[in-house]
Amino acid sequence: MSTTTATHHDDHEDHGHPTGVMRWVASTNHKDIGTMYLWFSLFMFFFAGALALGIRAELFQPGLQFIEPENFNKLTTLHGLIMIFGAIMPAFVGFANWMIPLMIGTSDLAFPRLNNMSFWLMIPAAILLMASIFVPGGAVAGGWTMYPPLSVQNPSMGVDMTILALHILGISSIVGSINIITTILNMRAPGMSLMKMPLFVWTWLITAFLLIASMPVLAGALTMLLTDRHFGTTFFDAAGGGDPVLFQHVFWFFGHPEVYIMILPAFGLISTIIPTFARKPLFGYASMVYATSAIALLSFVVWAHHMFTTGMPVAGQLFFMYSTMLISVPTGVKVFNWIATMWKGSLTFETPMLFSVAVVLLFTIGGFSGLVLAIVPVDIQLQDTYYVVAHFHYVLFSGAAMAIMGAVYYWIPKWTGFMYDESLGKTHFWLTTIAFNITFFPMHFTGLAGMPRRIPDYALQFAEFNMISSIGAFALGVSQLLFLYIVVKTIRGGKLAGDNPWETVEGLEWTVPSPAPFHTFETPPTVK
Amino acid sequence: MSANSIIKANNKSLAIKLVVVVAAGLAFGFALAPLYDVVCKAIGINGKADITATDISKGITVDKSRVVTILFTGQTMPGLDWSFDSNQSSMQVHPGEITLTSYTARNDGDKPIVGTAVPSVVPEVAALHFKKIECFCFSNQTLQPGEVKDMPIRYYISPDLPKSINTVTLSYAFYKVDDKDAENN
Repeated sequence: MSTTTATHHDDHEDHGHPTGVMRWVASTNHKDIGTMYLWFSLFMFFFAGALALGIRAELFQPGLQFIEPENFNKLTTLHGLIMIFGAIMPAFVGFANWMIPLMIGTSDLAFPRLNNMSFWLMIPAAILLMASIFVPGGAVAGGWTMYPPLSVQNPSMGVDMTILALHILGISSIVGSINIITTILNMRAPGMSLMKMPLFVWTWLITAFLLIASMPVLAGALTMLLTDRHFGTTFFDAAGGGDPVLFQHVFWFFGHPEVYIMILPAFGLISTIIPTFARKPLFGYASMVYATSAIALLSFVVWAHHMFTTGMPVAGQLFFMYSTMLISVPTGVKVFNWIATMWKGSLTFETPMLFSVAVVLLFTIGGFSGLVLAIVPVDIQLQDTYYVVAHFHYVLFSGAAMAIMGAVYYWIPKWTGFMYDESLGKTHFWLTTIAFNITFFPMHFTGLAGMPRRIPDYALQFAEFNMISSIGAFALGVSQLLFLYIVVKTIRGGKLAGDNPWETVEGLEWTVPSPAPFHTFETPPTVK
Repeated sequence: MSANSIIKANNKSLAIKLVVVVAAGLAFGFALAPLYDVVCKAIGINGKADITATDISKGITVDKSRVVTILFTGQTMPGLDWSFDSNQSSMQVHPGEITLTSYTARNDGDKPIVGTAVPSVVPEVAALHFKKIECFCFSNQTLQPGEVKDMPIRYYISPDLPKSINTVTLSYAFYKVDDKDAENN
């Protein structure tokens, strides 16, 4: 470690911060680490997006055009894994790093060095995931859920690299979550009681608890997979008395909380943005907190709705069907509250608000298709069809990813000190929203008509809808280059933002100058 | 102690508590494996049939009023160069009636091979009621090159079988036993 960083750790006196590469490598500053997380996420978003365009290129027409079937499976698998673990989750951690200390009025996270470690662990994991494409045997190809027996029988080193990568990402997430929980519970400014915290902080607190409870279970499943592959254990191998269905149980015990890990912070983001542009306080703050907690608790008792076709007893099917449907109650409370916040507000529709309103509408569509899939007899028909693909892209792209984009527009004036180009931002919004719907809405129809997911070729009757989806997907991919352009342009300059560009009355982050100085709230503010 | 060091101490103790939560999560993940077996065995919900002999010394009452159709299937898993199938594709039995049937296996390879058969029952809830007295699946089977072997099973359907079930399928998957596993057994 260089001497400059050593002095940096010494004290909180006013001093220059380290420059050059070491500023980033050895950074313990929540803003710098947040920035790195967000750039990392954007890079992985483009990488996994490119994989998705490979999928859509192959599916543009029936028949095999560009991609061998086994490579097609690698594309779908890596697209899922990288979008989840490399794009969406790190983006939320980036927001947590940047905004939580500013929102609760503290100078940094509780454990700045662990924070550095959390970020830098992601790099080797990402390299392992991406490099697994090039090893003999290639990347993992059995779907992002890595079900045995395929994941046990596939001899490729790529599977082991993926397992190792997910272990590392898990450690990174767990350390990050411990850091965030400790920061939120112990380091709030005087007067900032739990029920005065911004909702984004609340959703992250709950998400972090979900992470520390569910990530270790994934680690268990992956370890058993690894020992089955290499050390002769038979947890999932029927020949030795194991059961592949056991993996599905353990995996989804992690996997269902994981889907809420990817949406709860997005709820927090739009709960922050909508009141600003409705010029009203958030409707039903306390009910939002309770609804978020209820969703988190319920997420641990619904996992087997991913497994209705494994041959479950009727009692089990009924339990998981009803518990899944129950989640729509707290989720409905949230959607109601967002609409009630907008009701009779002095609404304006700048880019962050456009994204947030679109999230409310489109996420709700995804929620409804989720309710459809929760019905056992319907799910048995629709399991592993494009209807499921449509469902989880409506919740993960138009829920999580678009909330992230909206939040970038919302806070980029605070991060950079400059306003983004509003007309370009709106153009990006409309291109994204329209292209997204062209891509994914037809998948409801192809799915209902019976087109299975994860196949490189399909029957002729699906040709038109697939062509529409592929055209939408390429438009969606190209539109995101505009996002990159807008972000870079804003960093390089523009209209000065001022400390509070949205003239919002809530949020400690707007009381510090723009761009936010390297050190903020070294003396905690007092919250009334 | 300064305010700063109090915060640091508090942070550390909270972090330690959270690490305990993580450890509990990890332990729970691994505990799910034995837990799953115990639960499935107790309530017979995953179609895993017994691979130990049922004790019939207490005697069984035969329920002549019901007839249940039993279907037999068998398959070899990849890596095992055997032909394997049931000799009878179906049977009609009364619950409680002890019945004998058999499968035939032939080693199509040119080396002696050890295999093990894993039974499974559909519908899953019938697994608890499919009682085997004698079965080739209780132990590993060795076939010399070209050897053909008749593999009997003696079984009965428990009279407790739920009334709604009229047909039960018994399926065997034959796996190759690795050489090192065979030594251990």
